[in-house]
Amino acid sequence: MSGLPERVRTRGRVARMTVSGPGADALVGVNGVSVRFGDMPALERVDLSVSRGEIVTVIGPNGAGKSTLLRVALGLQKPDSGTVARQPRLRIGYMPQRIAVDDTLPLTVRRFLSLGGRVAKGRRREVLDELGVSYLLDQPFQRVSGGEMQRVLLARAILRAPDLLVLDEPAQNLDVGGQSAMYELIGSLRDRLGCGVLMVSHDLHLVMAAADCVVCLNHHVCCTGHPHDVREHPEYLALFPDEEPAALGVYTHHHDHVHTTKGGVAPLPADENRTADHG
Amino acid sequence: MDDFLIRAALAGIGVALVSGPLGAFIVWRRMAFFGETLAHSALLGVALGLVLGTNLSLAIVAVCILFAILMVLLQRQNYLAGDTLLGILAHSSLSLGLVTVALIGTLRIDLMSLLFGDVLAVSVSDIIWIWSGGAVALAILVAIRRPLLALTVHEDLARVEGVPVAAVQFGFMLLIALVIAVALKIVGVLLITSLLIIPAAAARRVAATPEAMAVFASLFGVAAVVGGLWGSWTWDTPTGPSIVLAAMAFFLAGLVLPRRGI
Repeated sequence: MSGLPERVRTRGRVARMTVSGPGADALVGVNGVSVRFGDMPALERVDLSVSRGEIVTVIGPNGAGKSTLLRVALGLQKPDSGTVARQPRLRIGYMPQRIAVDDTLPLTVRRFLSLGGRVAKGRRREVLDELGVSYLLDQPFQRVSGGEMQRVLLARAILRAPDLLVLDEPAQNLDVGGQSAMYELIGSLRDRLGCGVLMVSHDLHLVMAAADCVVCLNHHVCCTGHPHDVREHPEYLALFPDEEPAALGVYTHHHDHVHTTKGGVAPLPADENRTADHG
Repeated sequence: MDDFLIRAALAGIGVALVSGPLGAFIVWRRMAFFGETLAHSALLGVALGLVLGTNLSLAIVAVCILFAILMVLLQRQNYLAGDTLLGILAHSSLSLGLVTVALIGTLRIDLMSLLFGDVLAVSVSDIIWIWSGGAVALAILVAIRRPLLALTVHEDLARVEGVPVAAVQFGFMLLIALVIAVALKIVGVLLITSLLIIPAAAARRVAATPEAMAVFASLFGVAAVVGGLWGSWTWDTPTGPSIVLAAMAFFLAGLVLPRRGI
């Protein structure tokens, strides 16, 4: 990943100084936001903030309003009440869940990436190389498989040299090895780009290694904090009654190594946990 | 060759040059039915123009834009599926136009030419309108092509990356309205969509980039106009439908020939 540039800091500093009040360091701040779809409350008085260099992960069951919260933070969804503050001239790299392009559009992966904006020559191949999918560059976008799609979408977000990365289920369609590799990659991207990361995930255990802050969402914020603390929180345990992640029914292979990492109830340091993920 | 044939060819080629690239975007955005509905509403524009005694082309553009805005607003509701809504609007507006035209009994209106076009009757001023209207439409399309392509691929992503989505979408509606008004004389309200869709669909198999597909769509459209005029002249067939059939022939030929592009 050595090809990723150090984030130019000047702009961030200047922008930061223009923000005042509490949370002045936040790239994006969601304050007391509620969203309703008809009679259905999607979000109720939700607070969230992401600072530069911080990884914030929103977890929660299906239909908990995770994607709606991302859309609010991105400015795609107007809240019914509450406020959203973004730093002026904030550059956002957004990775949607997936993109379906009509077969009639002759679009290569290269061209798809170029739609995000101009970049230096050779830069697109470089980024795809780092993600291990540079062979896709001249392939039709519609032929890209689910796992490759995640990497191509992430590449487009990275190419914007973002202040803030917003990732909607970045590890879906990946096998377990690919999932932990993806979260590790996101961690190293944060270090290299110096950006903030806001992402949505199903599974606390897999994101543990990468997240600084976990927001457990079920329309309202159930609990928030460091992943290890959240895992012990009564509201989290109530939301995921069987704390065994295999019970989520998604990550079947995850079961094995969770038993080894979960051996002690005492939380493991992030580094050890990451090693265990590989084991 | 007779003057009226040359005028017809000039008019048809002018329409085909702009309907190709615009049609490509309509195909990519899966808006064929949307275009069809707008085309049907054009007849209402003709009727209104006759009632008010205004310039017919301007009346068509105005009514098409109103309908486009109406459709975009109505599609935000969840009561009816989008295609059901378009089906209701398409045929009500066509019928409303037909009834209105019938009520203006005092004016002699050639309904057939409104529905199926009458390219052999185009005047020099028609040609000027077609080429200038077409040039404006093409210029707008070239100007908004990048953001339009970005939001065609993924609207939310484009919006996050700074594309002024509402403005680009409105520009695109304006284009469709303009091209419908321009093409009405050639193929009529019932066949306009074919000139947008068929050349673009035929171009898909030979194109490796969006731009190439747009250019090929223009070329196929021009070839269809020339071929249709020739067929109509040779076999004494109705001109508008002959042009559509010529376009269809190109599309079928493209299916048989080996695929190029990506």
